[in-house]
Amino acid sequence: MITALLARLRQGHHTNRFPAQVPPLPDRLRGRPVVDSTLCPPGCRACADACAVDAIAIGADGGRPAPRIDLGKCLFCPDCSEACPPKALRFTNEFRLATSARGDLEVADGRVYALGRALAGRIRRLYGRSLKLRVVSAGGCNGCEVDVNVLGTLAWDLGRFGISYVASPRHADGMLICGGVSRNMELAVRKTWEAIPGPKVCIAVGACAIAGGPFAGHPEQCDGAAGLVPVDLFIPGCPPHPLTILDGLLRLIGRIEDQAAPPAPPAG
Amino acid sequence: MSGPWCFMRAGGAVALEAVPDLPLDALRAAVVAAVGAGRRLGCWCGDGAGRVYAVLVDDAAGQLLVARAPLPDSYPALTPDCPQAHLFERELAEQYGVVPVGHPWFKPVRFHRRLTPGPDAWGRPDDEAVLPGVADMFTVAGDEVHEVAVGPVHAGVIEPGHFRFQCHGEVVFHLEINLGYQHRGIERAAIGGPHPRSMLQMEAAAGDSTIAHGWAHCQVVEALAGVAAEQPALDLRALMLELERLANHTGDLGALAGDTGFLPTASFNGRIRGDFLNLSAAVCGSRLGRGMLRPGGVRFGLDAARREDMRRRLERAGADAVHSCRLLFATASVQARFEDVGVVRPIDAAAAGLVGVARRACGHPADARRDHPADGRPGPAGPAATAEGGDVHARAFVRFAELQESLRLADGLLQRDAAATPPGALRCRPRPGHLAIGLIEGWRGPVLHLGITGDDGRFLRYKVVDPSFHNWFGLMLALRDEQISDFPLCNKSFNLSYCGFDL
Repeated sequence: MITALLARLRQGHHTNRFPAQVPPLPDRLRGRPVVDSTLCPPGCRACADACAVDAIAIGADGGRPAPRIDLGKCLFCPDCSEACPPKALRFTNEFRLATSARGDLEVADGRVYALGRALAGRIRRLYGRSLKLRVVSAGGCNGCEVDVNVLGTLAWDLGRFGISYVASPRHADGMLICGGVSRNMELAVRKTWEAIPGPKVCIAVGACAIAGGPFAGHPEQCDGAAGLVPVDLFIPGCPPHPLTILDGLLRLIGRIEDQAAPPAPPAG
Repeated sequence: MSGPWCFMRAGGAVALEAVPDLPLDALRAAVVAAVGAGRRLGCWCGDGAGRVYAVLVDDAAGQLLVARAPLPDSYPALTPDCPQAHLFERELAEQYGVVPVGHPWFKPVRFHRRLTPGPDAWGRPDDEAVLPGVADMFTVAGDEVHEVAVGPVHAGVIEPGHFRFQCHGEVVFHLEINLGYQHRGIERAAIGGPHPRSMLQMEAAAGDSTIAHGWAHCQVVEALAGVAAEQPALDLRALMLELERLANHTGDLGALAGDTGFLPTASFNGRIRGDFLNLSAAVCGSRLGRGMLRPGGVRFGLDAARREDMRRRLERAGADAVHSCRLLFATASVQARFEDVGVVRPIDAAAAGLVGVARRACGHPADARRDHPADGRPGPAGPAATAEGGDVHARAFVRFAELQESLRLADGLLQRDAAATPPGALRCRPRPGHLAIGLIEGWRGPVLHLGITGDDGRFLRYKVVDPSFHNWFGLMLALRDEQISDFPLCNKSFNLSYCGFDL
């Protein structure tokens, strides 16, 4: 017993203080990309051609190309930014990515990125301080699950926000889904959703759950959850950083409402 | 013994003409003889063009043995003479409709339609959907016998699978596992590749083994193209592989602590695992190592300042991890729960063809880093970490030993003169009519990828064998005569991949 207590003292306290303070992020983290289409050479579509998952469309801005990035499809690999010598398209360290609507997951020059909004009315009153989620893993790579799970560790302590993962849909207020919904999980996803008593929410975590991810278009899966169930929160990434997931969940329950920049991360 | 085989090394390629084309009964006999002589069946798969390929892994000699044979619609099953072929033969039937006659437990693996047109091996009509989990299951009859069915959706943040326990009171007579719920069509999609998306899909074959699968795929594409990645790139891959091992071993030892109700190590390790994931992110921006590897090279380099910073963080996280795990292994109540639970006997592990941690926990020292080194240098010094007993304790102990070794290896790699700028990816254009094999020791065990190109230099066939493909059967064996309440502990001691199996 004394050994365990001494170990506890030695290991120290590590729960981060988000949202009051943003924990340090890796400097190479590829968060929300930005586009400055004034730097795009005429006729250039190098970024769109480099993208293996067709996440980039090239619109026209006057005579210049204007890339639009669909973060729902984006795997946040550096293929596009590497293909862009003038650095018109680059990734930033901005971790806040979750949106309330599929169409909001678009990054383009001059476009305001609308972060997720809080649930409204009765459902907010019911779940704002206590949200129980059933996590369903359906046809992904277990990568999103890794970072969903991490939120339960003491470094993040999801429970302090009243959010927890529960073992039965009957105990749940909503479903958190990872994976593109394989055909072999389609029925299980539908049944899980039906078994959750209403009112209920659905949260799609990761590129697969939003649009099929690297497997988009495969007949073995459904290209995401939105075709089966109504999705209230889209959290993009492959996988999203745990902070991105937490930020999205806290926006959903109204614990974070600002759309402006959060407090700067401490050095280190 | 050399007669029927083409010998090659992991990360190597051969022209298809050099692969012996045997009659099927000769290939069958050669496989049985080779497995009898201590080699392991690494792969037994169709190529979609009427042939079956066998890959035998010879760990002692550091060699891979390859041969092939024409494949009829049915043939006498290999499994009765070579049990470790049992899933490969079911997979072959599911993918190409080839019936292994006399297979003792013949049922689908992933529940999908075959890859090529033709009759279904189980005679399922074309106009009916293939439903997951719809297959025969073992049953036990008698007084006080009952059945517990779990899944596909599980009670935590876990991948889907269906588990059926045949119980007598609390005692499990048999556990049977149906998978396939994560099937995304990775092997089918790779045909005609490498496609622009192939690398991204291989990184996502099993997200917790992004580097192991990614590297094995790079090995295949590079070997087919006849190019070799430069040493600094290989060193950076090796570093990422050890960071992946550190994160997963740390996390799973913590989860094992949690399943015994020992919260200190469960809590500490959950956090320390994140420290290792963050080191991967320090290299490439992704905690899972996404985007780091590309055929021909790597994406990111490390300058001296970043290497020094990473060494400091590695040392700190490593000291915390070792301290936390020592506490786990010094706690009598934990040890009482670990010991003699979930035993797999060495003879069964060998017969079933178990690999990686689960096999080393039965005293068998196979480790692809040593036996089939991929980074251009000799493997780690000294023998692989092993344990005796084949129980939960042995699997946990092997992981702890490997964790400590990985700390040393990663630190050593960080001290090498890794390139500050990323070693640019070499152009890889696969040669037509070749076969290449990648083999990387991921944290669960060896990840094997096999690519065969057609006359056009595109993949005629791409095969992925995650260590979980070999090891799920080990978990079934481990549960026999155990209490059903010990399932979480046994399961976590293997912590196998569903998506890596389902592909």
